[in-house]
Amino acid sequence: MPTSVSPGAHSPTAGRVSNAPLTDVTASHSSLRRFLHGLPGVDAVGLEARAASLGTRSIKADAKAYAIDLAISMVDLTTLEGADTPGKVRALGAKAMRPDPTDRATPATAAVCVYPDMVAVAKEAVAGSDVKVASVATAFPAGRAPLAVKLADVREAVAAGTDEIDMVIDRGAFLAGDYLKVHDEITAVKEACGTSARLKVIFETGELSTYDNIRRASWLAMLAGADFIKTSTGKVAVNATPSNTLLMLEAVRDFRAQTGVQVGVKPAGGIRTSKDAVKFLVLVNETAGADWLDNHWFRFGASSLLNDLLLQRQKLATGRYSGPDYVTVD
Amino acid sequence: MASVFEYAPAPESRSAVDIAPAYGLFVDGEFTDAADGKVFKTVAPATEEVLSEVAQAGEADVDRAVRAARKAFTGWSALPGTERAKYLFRIARIIQERSRELAVLETLDNGKPIRETRDSDLPLVAAHFFYYAGWADKLDHAGFGANPRPLGVAGQVIPWNFPLLMLAWKIAPALATGNTVVLKPAETTPLSALFFADICRQAGLPRGVVNILPGYGDAGAALVAHPDVDKVAFTGSTAVGKEIARTVAGTAKKLTLELGGKGANIVFDDAPLDQAVEGVVSGIFFNQGQVCCAGSRLLVQESIHDELLDALKRRLTTLRLGDPLDKNTDIGAINSAEQLARITALADRGEAEGAERWSPECELPSSGYWFAPTLFTNVTQAHTIARDEIFGPVLSVLTFRTPDEAVAKANNTPYGLSAGIWTEKGSRMLAVANRLRAGVVWSNTFNKFDPASPFGGYKESGFGREGGRHGLEAYLDV
Amino acid sequence: MSDARLSVFKTYKLYVGGKFPRSESGRVYEVTDREGTWLANAPLASRKDARDAVVAARKAFGPWSGATAYNRGQVLYRVAEMLEGRREQFVREVAEAEGLSAAEAAAQVDAAVDRWVWYAGWTDKIAQVVGGGNPVAGPYFNLSTPEPTGVVAVLAPQESSFLGLVSVIAPVIATGSTAVVVASERFPLPALSLGEVLATSDVPGGVVNVLSGRTAEMAPTLAAHQDVNAIDLAGADENLAKELEIAAADNLKRVLRPQPVDDDWFTTPGTERMTAFLETKTVWHPTGSLGASGSSY
Repeated sequence: MPTSVSPGAHSPTAGRVSNAPLTDVTASHSSLRRFLHGLPGVDAVGLEARAASLGTRSIKADAKAYAIDLAISMVDLTTLEGADTPGKVRALGAKAMRPDPTDRATPATAAVCVYPDMVAVAKEAVAGSDVKVASVATAFPAGRAPLAVKLADVREAVAAGTDEIDMVIDRGAFLAGDYLKVHDEITAVKEACGTSARLKVIFETGELSTYDNIRRASWLAMLAGADFIKTSTGKVAVNATPSNTLLMLEAVRDFRAQTGVQVGVKPAGGIRTSKDAVKFLVLVNETAGADWLDNHWFRFGASSLLNDLLLQRQKLATGRYSGPDYVTVD
Repeated sequence: MASVFEYAPAPESRSAVDIAPAYGLFVDGEFTDAADGKVFKTVAPATEEVLSEVAQAGEADVDRAVRAARKAFTGWSALPGTERAKYLFRIARIIQERSRELAVLETLDNGKPIRETRDSDLPLVAAHFFYYAGWADKLDHAGFGANPRPLGVAGQVIPWNFPLLMLAWKIAPALATGNTVVLKPAETTPLSALFFADICRQAGLPRGVVNILPGYGDAGAALVAHPDVDKVAFTGSTAVGKEIARTVAGTAKKLTLELGGKGANIVFDDAPLDQAVEGVVSGIFFNQGQVCCAGSRLLVQESIHDELLDALKRRLTTLRLGDPLDKNTDIGAINSAEQLARITALADRGEAEGAERWSPECELPSSGYWFAPTLFTNVTQAHTIARDEIFGPVLSVLTFRTPDEAVAKANNTPYGLSAGIWTEKGSRMLAVANRLRAGVVWSNTFNKFDPASPFGGYKESGFGREGGRHGLEAYLDV
Repeated sequence: MSDARLSVFKTYKLYVGGKFPRSESGRVYEVTDREGTWLANAPLASRKDARDAVVAARKAFGPWSGATAYNRGQVLYRVAEMLEGRREQFVREVAEAEGLSAAEAAAQVDAAVDRWVWYAGWTDKIAQVVGGGNPVAGPYFNLSTPEPTGVVAVLAPQESSFLGLVSVIAPVIATGSTAVVVASERFPLPALSLGEVLATSDVPGGVVNVLSGRTAEMAPTLAAHQDVNAIDLAGADENLAKELEIAAADNLKRVLRPQPVDDDWFTTPGTERMTAFLETKTVWHPTGSLGASGSSY
């Protein structure tokens, strides 16, 4: 069973060493562009075939029970609606701390993920537990706001006590080729996070559109100091897929090999079933490796996934199939 | 904690297939004993368990089967193509229905992982029959003139590496074009062909159209030499292929040969690296490397040698070797003790000649025939392991500096079956593909097969093509 | 008196690598007409000459197979043009060799010229006829194209000294292979003269090499030669053909067995003589989708 993570073992900046071999890369617009365009290309068919092939791994018995608990512990339980209220956020916090009221052995989720104005409520709701509060920021989900506004957004959330910031990159700047602008914005946000909040950088892979872009965005974000790279906002048509997550796992693997710095990965949006979640864990296990099989380094951005994981957990525990009436709807 | 995420065994159920204790030859629609009563045992290479006892065909049986096929030829070749097509469609459908059973059977008899028989062999087998079924009534439009005629009786000898798939490659086009068939499966993997005989019965195929003769090389030689055989098709080693070519010399028998290879997988410095690693792995470890078109020579541009090798070694450590029936197994058993001995001897020779040997940590089961995934670095063109077909999970790594050098090294072999190119630059891909002397070139992919795609070699890898419209020619009098 | 002028004989030579060597053996043999009248001495090519011819053909294979099909078509058409200009010479040589009337020989030569034209037009069409895209069940571009097999040893027909000869050479070089031709043993002169035409027709040296001499002596060398990719047995009798086919198995040469000949080679051929010496290369390349959104689970 996964253990919850003790804060000391993974302080936000622990283990970060300098990107010594890559310090020159971000020196100028052209050096950054050269670097990103010099990354190995991605063959879409081959990538998708590899992801599909890992999807055929058969996980049974003990391994499945372990995987489900691990997956629960990795969930960033998310509500990002215009209609969010303090009541809704408190309910979410309660669910995150004790996902299955009928079985106290069920692990807590990693975090609750809310809008910045709900951070204080969320913080209070999970107080005393290991559940973190993550806040989206930087004019989520479009990211179309002046930098000053984005930074204010971040600072407000940090001031309210958020443990993690999920920022969106400026896809427009990225697609226009202005990588340095994207980079500088991330570093500015990182600075605004200070030492108390870990930074997740959302690419909105569905808008970056190509795998080559996703690989470039991964390196760009890591060079800029991201603690996590994250696929999507959950607000567009295509969100996390096995293929784009596999690609990002390759990126964090390679980045650590080059710099010694470990960066987390968070697929978000569209992962709804336990079966899918386990497939993602297989991707982690066989690509980045066991070092990432921990909620400090891998998360699921999801909401409905949790209940399916709980149903499966009950099934494994009792031997019978459970039903939606036996998990909480919040 | 994280290391406990080991996959528990996920074995496919052995009970999916019911293997009888004994099987006969399939001649003229009946299962019969061999004329001399000989039998041989077929074992599961993963466990050395005896799976069944199979009648062993001899010369008299070959003669009987050829006569049955000759007798059936008159009626079969006279059938309207539409009717022949429907038989083949039936066969394709029954294979799909019984694919789980056949996949388990093939895995047991051959030793290859269930993941491959389930996801690769069986779907391709059904697809092959489906594809050629559609040709049976369209031969007038195949580009061989109006009303092209079948040859007669086809004698077919197939290997053990893809037993049922090689059977499909042989039988489907033969029947579609109106020939009748005597097929000899390999002595280590006779079972799926005998199950196929049962499928022919279920499909109501007329007696004698397909005859299956399990047996050894002597039966194959007798079949090839039989005076009433009009067509010989062989897949197997180059040495045997040459012997067959000599046997049919001076006769009117039409011959196609699909033989060995020493495929080069060329990785340029601008390759999509992660996919290249997957392609290299699939190229040499698919079916334990017992593939004639395996990418057994990795030609890597010197500038990315270390990077690619690191990635490759890292990837190899994730390969799972073991019980072929386990759905999570990547590397199964070597097909026979004999083949294992050959692989072992060649790998030892590689070491003796000074190449550097590496294998991931990998525990081999105590019974059965196993060989750990192996790669050799510091290999030059002069090493035996860079020239001889090993037919096992052994990769020889060589380097090159320029595209010219890559092509020269890739072509520097008497074989010419397959090659791989990994580059993101389209013009380079096309230029290199153009200059490679190989029948199948996979670019940014490897080991892909399709019934619509012609397959076959240049030079000593044989002649003739299997698959696609091209595959019809081997069975037509054109 | 002009009638008394002594004519100038031609010294017939081999045609190897674009040059006209005498036989390395230094030997010749007498060529006579049907009545036994001496026509000329032809070089008696040795096994060494055959080996040299293979080297020349191999050297020429890269550039010739790499030339555009259009270019090869132009070259083959040029051969027809040059032959047309030397029509009278070939009519005489064929008539003398095969004992034909001038009209019969003329018909042969005309048909041979037309055959060059026929194959000239094929060079850039055969790939479209025998190659093509394959609709595989996956995200792959899959294309099969014919490629020349390499060096082809051609045993020219023994009886048809010119039309038969052209009918077996032209399909080999039209598709980009190069040829080592063993001329009709009894009637080698039209073949040796053809070398002179080829040399002045933009056919690169080594693409066609013409040897005269004993077929049974040179053919086994060629059939066993490891750097020869294919052999056309048109000029071999049954026993020799079998012996050569066995020898050819050593490196799995493509073997075109002696074929029945329709109408003394006058019938317009099919594509079989071209496809016999073509390999099929199939190239796969992923296509995939335009974006990263193709994947789902």
